[in-house]
Amino acid sequence: MLPELAAALALLALTGYVVLGGADFGGGFWDLTAGGAERGAPIRAMIKRSMSPVWEANHVWLIFLLVVLWTAFPEAFGSIMSTLAVPIFLAALGIVLRGGAFALKGEAATIAEARFLGATFALSSVLVPFFLGTAAGAIAAGEVPVGNASGGAFSSWTGPTSILVGLISVATGAHLAAVFLGADAQRAGRSDLVRAFRTRALGSGAAAGALAIAGLAVLNSDAPNLFDGLTSGLGLACVAVSALAGLVTLALEWTERFELARFSAALAVAAIVAGWAAAQEPYLLPPGLTVTEAAAPDATLVALLIACGAGMLVLVPALIWLFRLAVSGRLAYDDEPRP
Amino acid sequence: MIDGALGGPVDQDYLLQARQMQAMSFIVHIPLVCFGIAFPAMVLFVEGLWLRTGDPLYKLLAKRWSKAMVLLFAVGVVTGTILSFEMGLLWPEFMATFGDVFGLAFGVEGFSFFIEAIFIAIYVYGWDRLPPRVHLASGVPMVIAGVTGSLMVIAVNGWMNQPTGFRIQGGEVVDIHPWKALFNDNFWHEFVHMYLAGFIVAGFLVAGVYGFGWLKGRRERHHRVALVVALTIAALAAPAQLLVGDWAARTVAVNQPVKLAAFEGLQDTTKGAPFSLAGGIEIPDLLSLLAFHDPNATVKGLNIVPAEDRPPVELVKYSFRTMVAIGSALAALGAWFLWTWWRHYRLPSSRWFYRALVAAGPLSFVALIAGWITTEVGRQPWVVYEVMRTDEAVTGAGGIPVGFVALALVYAGLVAIAAVMLRRLGRQPFHAS
Repeated sequence: MLPELAAALALLALTGYVVLGGADFGGGFWDLTAGGAERGAPIRAMIKRSMSPVWEANHVWLIFLLVVLWTAFPEAFGSIMSTLAVPIFLAALGIVLRGGAFALKGEAATIAEARFLGATFALSSVLVPFFLGTAAGAIAAGEVPVGNASGGAFSSWTGPTSILVGLISVATGAHLAAVFLGADAQRAGRSDLVRAFRTRALGSGAAAGALAIAGLAVLNSDAPNLFDGLTSGLGLACVAVSALAGLVTLALEWTERFELARFSAALAVAAIVAGWAAAQEPYLLPPGLTVTEAAAPDATLVALLIACGAGMLVLVPALIWLFRLAVSGRLAYDDEPRP
Repeated sequence: MIDGALGGPVDQDYLLQARQMQAMSFIVHIPLVCFGIAFPAMVLFVEGLWLRTGDPLYKLLAKRWSKAMVLLFAVGVVTGTILSFEMGLLWPEFMATFGDVFGLAFGVEGFSFFIEAIFIAIYVYGWDRLPPRVHLASGVPMVIAGVTGSLMVIAVNGWMNQPTGFRIQGGEVVDIHPWKALFNDNFWHEFVHMYLAGFIVAGFLVAGVYGFGWLKGRRERHHRVALVVALTIAALAAPAQLLVGDWAARTVAVNQPVKLAAFEGLQDTTKGAPFSLAGGIEIPDLLSLLAFHDPNATVKGLNIVPAEDRPPVELVKYSFRTMVAIGSALAALGAWFLWTWWRHYRLPSSRWFYRALVAAGPLSFVALIAGWITTEVGRQPWVVYEVMRTDEAVTGAGGIPVGFVALALVYAGLVAIAAVMLRRLGRQPFHAS
């Protein structure tokens, strides 16, 4: 029971990061593809305005995931970080470049500076979810054995499943971002941007869906156990929920109802994460290490769950306040201090 | 002996590079932690002055500082992330074997980081949009979380130096008590030492910037206010740090005698051990006095353990001296200011004071790093003191030098650009209505 609760905590952190952190990376994707400096300016300004107050808090879900893993499942953590050192280190470098460039580009004084920092921000925003996705794909495909760097340094995360999950991570992040930004644009009364994000949301949503369907074929040949898990029982239910939520999202985007689409788009992504967990249950690192085997002793799990339970009592109201302020447009600063 | 949860030691040709990469990552991150500890309190203090006096100058200053604060926080977020990743990327066997012993502290730290990130955003982006009192109140969790977060990381470092809350049985870690591991013997003194260091480094660096302006003839009122606030914080913390340093050294003398012997390079166990100053001058009995508050106390020497269990003595010794020397000088500088302020209610007028102040910023950073080298290299060859060696903890993955160079290049760019942007922020005109 305790190991499952700890695993649920890790899953919560992962979902938080994939949905909220993923949307921030998606913001970078739309920044990258917004076009020339002049044409892309309104879109980039909207992305900056929406992301600035929340990206740091959204990023903490990743740290929280790492902490839960190394405390509750230390052997699995050590095995993952050593075998998948290459993609995870590349993602870490990307996180530095993304966050650094985003925070600093606000102070850029010339077009050239803004371009350099903007390009760094945008490019690393695409690379981070891709590499983290390949790492997740490697775990799902059973490429991470227990041990200190026991799996292939490159072969473990360059298989079809890894590449697929990497691409899906980029696509879902971009889709979430387009939906969230569309809602922000609507609230700000910017109908030109609403149209721009509608097109992007529909396009990226369709792409994410197509990748997911094509992905099932890839999984069938590359990771048959995972495929079986996703096409039966709870795994199948999650996939169905995700597909349904995806379709509803597309319909809502078509009719420009972005407020509602935010929730269905998030549900579609969260259901896939849950489906992954259900598909490889009872394993944490398939094919060998189960959640129960990997779990820390009860004393540690109890302490961690108590600390996190208490922490949530503070965190949840704080997060709600932050998002309410951000959504109502009350968090933004003028570039010059008002006298 | 410990077996290691992932199967024991592996061949790693680049252990030293792994340690250096970790050290570089700390050197970039730790000064930002100092700002995370001290800057929110400084900003809130100035905003509080605004609410009390209604003087818009205080508001402008708090607002300006809060912009620098969020920029430094963002850089701290990403460099702190690198540290979290490196725990596993460089030391997977350490994490796999002991993550369940000390991980709880990081759980609490994770929530602190969440709270800090949330409220720093509300605070910085909420200027003029939240009612003034609500805005001030939104800064309070940011201050508290900045402290609890660093406290938890320090708790883990204290545990690595004084591992408690578990037993080794047949090479396995058993009988884990995570709360005991969290509240280890080093918890309080390491925390207070780092907390004061945060105020000293952030205070002197900020004061040094305004001191530089002062030398160039800047005497506007906002300049003076900023200087006095930053300087007061640093000046109060620096003398107090001497007392905390004494407390820390005495704890090390009891818990880690080999580390203490490395501070002085003391080979043999000595009754009434001397302390040597620069230039070969040796003061009899001083080390015994410092370590045990008794000139006749016996101080254990390095040779109580075999050579392979000793830290690199010279590096530890000179780092320790650097820290103590700079710390003492900063305390003297702080005392100079406090004395002048108390006696005459004005800033010191000597240009030498401001020259010293400009030097004090970078020097306090050097002392901070020297202090961390003292405790971290002084712990070598152990990652978990007398339980697990760094060569048993290191990753079996290849490519450490490549990663090291890549990260060094990225950090060089990050630090350079952040410095340019901060300088630009500082040069923006200060609109006082």
